[in-house]
Amino acid sequence: MAVEKMSIAKALNESLRLALDNDPKVLIMGEDVGKLGGVFRITDGLQKDFGEDRVIDTPLAESGIVGTAIGLALRGYRPIVEIQFDGFVFPAYDQIVTQLAKMHARALGKIKLPVVVRIPYGGGIGAVEHHSESPEALFAHVAGLKVVSPSNASDAYWMMQQAVQSDDPIIFFEPKRRYWDKGEVDTESIPGPLHKAVTVREGSDLTLVAYGPMVKVCVEAAAAAQEEGKSIEVLDLRSMSPIDFDAVQRSAEKTGRVVVVHEAPVFYGSGAEIAARITERCFYHLEAPVLRVGGYHVPYPPARLEDEYLPGLDRVLDAVDRSLAF
Amino acid sequence: MTVESTAAARKPRRASKRTSAAKKPQSAEPQLVQLLTPEGERVEHPDYSIDLSADELRGLYRDMVLTRRFDAEATALQRQGELGLWASLLGQEAAQIGSGRALRDDDYVFPTYREHGVAWCRGVDPTNLLGMFRGVNHGGWDPNSNNFHLYTIVIGSQTLHATGYAMGVAKDGADSAVIAYFGDGASSQGDVAESFTFSAVYNAPVVFFCQNNQWAISEPTERQTRVPLYQRAQGYGFPGVRVDGNDVLACLAVTRSALERARRGEGPTLVEAFTYRMGAHTTSDDPTKYRADEERAAWEAKDPILRLRAYLEKDKLADEAFFTALDEESETLGKRVREAVRAMPDPDPMALFEHGYADGNSLVDEERAQFAAYQASFADSAEEGK
Repeated sequence: MAVEKMSIAKALNESLRLALDNDPKVLIMGEDVGKLGGVFRITDGLQKDFGEDRVIDTPLAESGIVGTAIGLALRGYRPIVEIQFDGFVFPAYDQIVTQLAKMHARALGKIKLPVVVRIPYGGGIGAVEHHSESPEALFAHVAGLKVVSPSNASDAYWMMQQAVQSDDPIIFFEPKRRYWDKGEVDTESIPGPLHKAVTVREGSDLTLVAYGPMVKVCVEAAAAAQEEGKSIEVLDLRSMSPIDFDAVQRSAEKTGRVVVVHEAPVFYGSGAEIAARITERCFYHLEAPVLRVGGYHVPYPPARLEDEYLPGLDRVLDAVDRSLAF
Repeated sequence: MTVESTAAARKPRRASKRTSAAKKPQSAEPQLVQLLTPEGERVEHPDYSIDLSADELRGLYRDMVLTRRFDAEATALQRQGELGLWASLLGQEAAQIGSGRALRDDDYVFPTYREHGVAWCRGVDPTNLLGMFRGVNHGGWDPNSNNFHLYTIVIGSQTLHATGYAMGVAKDGADSAVIAYFGDGASSQGDVAESFTFSAVYNAPVVFFCQNNQWAISEPTERQTRVPLYQRAQGYGFPGVRVDGNDVLACLAVTRSALERARRGEGPTLVEAFTYRMGAHTTSDDPTKYRADEERAAWEAKDPILRLRAYLEKDKLADEAFFTALDEESETLGKRVREAVRAMPDPDPMALFEHGYADGNSLVDEERAQFAAYQASFADSAEEGK
């Protein structure tokens, strides 16, 4: 066992280092990923150790970053690209959706696109416009992509390894406000598959379904509810496409009540998909409608209002109470 | 609505006025690299020379004739309802065959959706190109078997793929080159600008081959640019050259030179093949609505096939037997294409769920099982009806 305590940022850095070490075809590309080590320093020191040919500072052009990564993948490389912030992915959205997602199918499976697109996402860091969004549903809706988000250091470390080894394009959403949260990482023991959900807390009265930055909020909410005698289960989805609906169903059938929590706007969000599936799969096990807690249908607000916008402990607990009242 | 904007709405907009009066920014006699005049005369160019055997010249002629025949057959098949759409290359044979024959086997091609002549040069069976237009697949061929990537429909996207691929070639230390095809309309796309930036910054061995066929559906080139397209390269730091796109010899010479430059590690080149799309953009538009008949007539006088034929005949490089045999070969090709398209089966319904993901996907597995059960339910009812 080699268990180390490290932040999510450090876990990602170590994981990227390992990926570069393990496979000479792995490349890292993005704006400022080299000398600076990325604006969040996730790639810190990697260019120094692996050179400018492996850790590539790119022109400031997101479509170009993803489009050339596709070309490199066609040549046999495995590029990991960094989009600097969530709101900056949209210039690359065309390349991701019309090209990266569909090229494998277009070639009837004869070519593979092992590209990882890393996106620091979500709010809570007091940033300016376009630096705090959660666009995961826009990517999860697109066939051909897989979308994941770790919530802790161990998952950050291992899910990145698994994403790099995947032959499918992976959109890797990094919960930026959790970058500095520390957790234990066992660098020798490989955990379960990339697209499996994990029960992070057992409970019997209600299930909170979350991923990425909201897992911590849900765990805290469950602990607070415990003090009021409520037993809350917390499921960390880890993967938003595909979603481990079997795990969701098992928990929903066990507790009979589900609240889905995410930062993204509720409207057309992943919570809608999860609620619909639960209704289809286990309607008669439900004691209450599946409720959703998330952002509002407004542009992400200025930082001084983001605490109102982001689901916090109180909003989650309020939804728990509403569900239990049915 | 403000007073100003009301007035603006009533008055014809200045921009549209300007359009009707606009002169083409290109001069009437664009600075073309030309080695064969429209009359079929061989001319010399100080920077580009070419020395081909009679056999090679006949080969280029054959490529152009067969490509045109294939294209005509596909157009006819669309009119007969066998293809949902066709993007004709009529008029662009020299640009495609000239550049295509400049390539080495280990070079890699990133086409748009009109590069039927380039595909021909790469050894892609022409019937493979028809699957997407018939609606049985979105491409379907293995890009690595002929180093010919799938057709790309989103305008300009492939120029970035070509650039990335070329970056990979350079990383591998290989001396092959990459060529990206696109049109004058695509030159307005951000992806093309970004591919110029990336290729220049990383000195990627890529040739950008722009077929300026004068029209992006109904929009003329002056809607895309106020400077000749080849001049854009200068702003990115690499050479641009305009070649007579209806002159197969010039296209071959210029592309060969650009590819060699890339192989030597000197980076990208932009080649603008100044040509003309004689037909519609695709079978779904009607060029008579947006361009004058005289324009087409003027370009017909520069037909790439007729001019090479004039040269072959004048210089006695091909005899009547060659042309007769080629006519027969053309008809055989047409027949083969026609039969292959008609024999092309619709895909199995279960193919819906194939190839979305390389590593599989639990959601797709679930939907596949549901669809299979649904399909099977019809089989059951058919049984019951007996």
